[in-house]
Amino acid sequence: MENQFFIDSDYLSPEARMKKHQLENDPSSRKSHMEYMPGMERIESDVCKNVMAQMRAFDYSQYTAQDVKAALEHETCSIEDFKALLSPAAEPFLEPMAQRAALETSKHFGNTVYFFTPLYIANYCENYCVYCGFNCYNHIHRMKLTMEQVEHEMKVIADSGMEEILILTGESRSQSDVQYIGEACKLARKYFRMVGLEIYPVNVEEYRYLHACGADYVTVFQETYDTDKYEQLHLMGHKRVWPYRFDAQERALMGGMRGVAFSALLGLSDFRKDALASALHVYYLQRKYPHAEMSLSCPRLRPIINNDKINPLDVHEKQLCQILCAYRIFLPFVGITVSSRESAEFRNGIVKIAATKVSAGVSTGIGDHERKYSGKEPDGAHGDEQFEIDDSRSLEKMYRDIAGEGLQPVLNDYLYV
Amino acid sequence: MNNDQWVIGGHTFHSRFILGSGKYSLNLIEAAVKDAGAEIITLAVRRANTKEQENILDFIPQGVTLLPNTSGARNAEEAVRIARLARELGCGDFVKIEIMRDSKYLLPDNQETIRATEILANEGFVVMPYMYPDLNTARDLVKAGAAAVMPLASPIGSNKGLATKDFIQILIDEIDLPIIVDAGIGRPSQACEAMEMGAAAIMANTALATAGDLPLMAAAFRQAIEAGRKAYLAGLGRVLTRGAAASDPLTGFLRD
Repeated sequence: MENQFFIDSDYLSPEARMKKHQLENDPSSRKSHMEYMPGMERIESDVCKNVMAQMRAFDYSQYTAQDVKAALEHETCSIEDFKALLSPAAEPFLEPMAQRAALETSKHFGNTVYFFTPLYIANYCENYCVYCGFNCYNHIHRMKLTMEQVEHEMKVIADSGMEEILILTGESRSQSDVQYIGEACKLARKYFRMVGLEIYPVNVEEYRYLHACGADYVTVFQETYDTDKYEQLHLMGHKRVWPYRFDAQERALMGGMRGVAFSALLGLSDFRKDALASALHVYYLQRKYPHAEMSLSCPRLRPIINNDKINPLDVHEKQLCQILCAYRIFLPFVGITVSSRESAEFRNGIVKIAATKVSAGVSTGIGDHERKYSGKEPDGAHGDEQFEIDDSRSLEKMYRDIAGEGLQPVLNDYLYV
Repeated sequence: MNNDQWVIGGHTFHSRFILGSGKYSLNLIEAAVKDAGAEIITLAVRRANTKEQENILDFIPQGVTLLPNTSGARNAEEAVRIARLARELGCGDFVKIEIMRDSKYLLPDNQETIRATEILANEGFVVMPYMYPDLNTARDLVKAGAAAVMPLASPIGSNKGLATKDFIQILIDEIDLPIIVDAGIGRPSQACEAMEMGAAAIMANTALATAGDLPLMAAAFRQAIEAGRKAYLAGLGRVLTRGAAASDPLTGFLRD
């Protein structure tokens, strides 16, 4: 059963509703998803070509238990080995894969687990991505924080002890322009040691500006590397342009960012192929930019406001764990982040195997940290969430739980230089 | 032997075990000091750069020398900035230079390391550069004002031991500074071997941090390092002479 994404809000004008239906039902009404829009910078890169060639050739039904065993015996994991570990043939080997992954994690990261929290500063969006709570046709409370409100949110979060923040916006250049995001970064530098960004993809010079404002890590989720599927899910807006999004991490590194994060949204398309492409996106970019820090996330689809039926389909916890173990064995040096989309039980378990970073004290809404942290009703309004989270533990609780598992919680391991 | 000590930057040390910084926990620091006898503990400035909760600086016992490192630096300028920050944080004048342009293997960049060494030595730091064991680099580091040279034994965190043994031996033989073997030492026997070769000290972290019984492993390292040091002082040469002496000497034909 595929997800049913199309939801019509009663608040849509007849014209908007008509346009929405046309986009959904008539592919010829949509812009080409492979063509750059005006203002989008092109860079010379063969990373995409390499990733896509590998993904297209990946026939995971060809791998056998023998291939999986061989992959687990090899000291370094080749691309072929990695493909075997992602295949259905590896499912019965989940425990040995976890053992190997845990060993690699401990070699590179010891027992440490890092913390961060996202801060959504605006939820305006010009895209129509059918699975996302912020999509422009979804009727939700929209909001963009003023700099005063941003600072207030940051104070509340910093008071909880958090030292790393990930600033997010909906994808609207007109509502949340690069200067607005830059100002938020400058404030964040006052309260946090590490400032990351998860915003719409921008050009090299814009990344350079945001880096100068204090941001040092850029996260862009490709959602799916299956371009045909991507076309069917991202029906309108800048995000519809798949190749511009693909090169975002490389542009960020060219703009001076220290590190970049990647992911597919698992459950949108064939998750094994998307997992392969995500990791190879890291692999090829790391060969080109060996100094860069890289990390992978593993979000699965979650319910959104006005559509509680959205779910991660065939990506169950076992499959998610298999992917994360394969990531760790193939790329022992990369950070792996597991967000509050996953349950407390899953996160407690996976940090012992492969994950190195978890979010805590999470809100995916706008301007509601004080209410969520202290129960105190703020003076102003707040904006609705991007998706429902599962694990709502505070930093304090998370810290205690992780330490209780015998791991070493780390709030900061970072210097902006 | 009882008075076997070594000097670096005007400070005298008796212990030849230095705790590295890769993985840290309070238990690890305690075991390193109590059971391994560490008198020097490395501290990643990037991690000390924290707010109140878990500041590692608060857990360093009195009398232990802090060795802040510049991990996270990608070039000489960044390393210099981190070293100055360490001084501002009250970490003293010691600094271990770590410059990596590679996030996968974390191999040090020798060229940038020489540049940073020169700048920081001129600023009065006691500079201990982490390097890939290359004789020319080591000589340049000496000229640049390094107080010790810290070659890697094998890739950091790998516990693979003395993969670069022959090249470390060259440094020990040719460089008139303490050679501290850093990175990749996975077991006490490897630490012992490096000490037999004439290394001044051993730096390790992962080998302890990932051990089943931390204090026991720390004690094992202490004993191994002491054993290796004693063997070095005792002189290994005679023990290692291969085969027996020939009964008819090769030089028996010489007449005067």
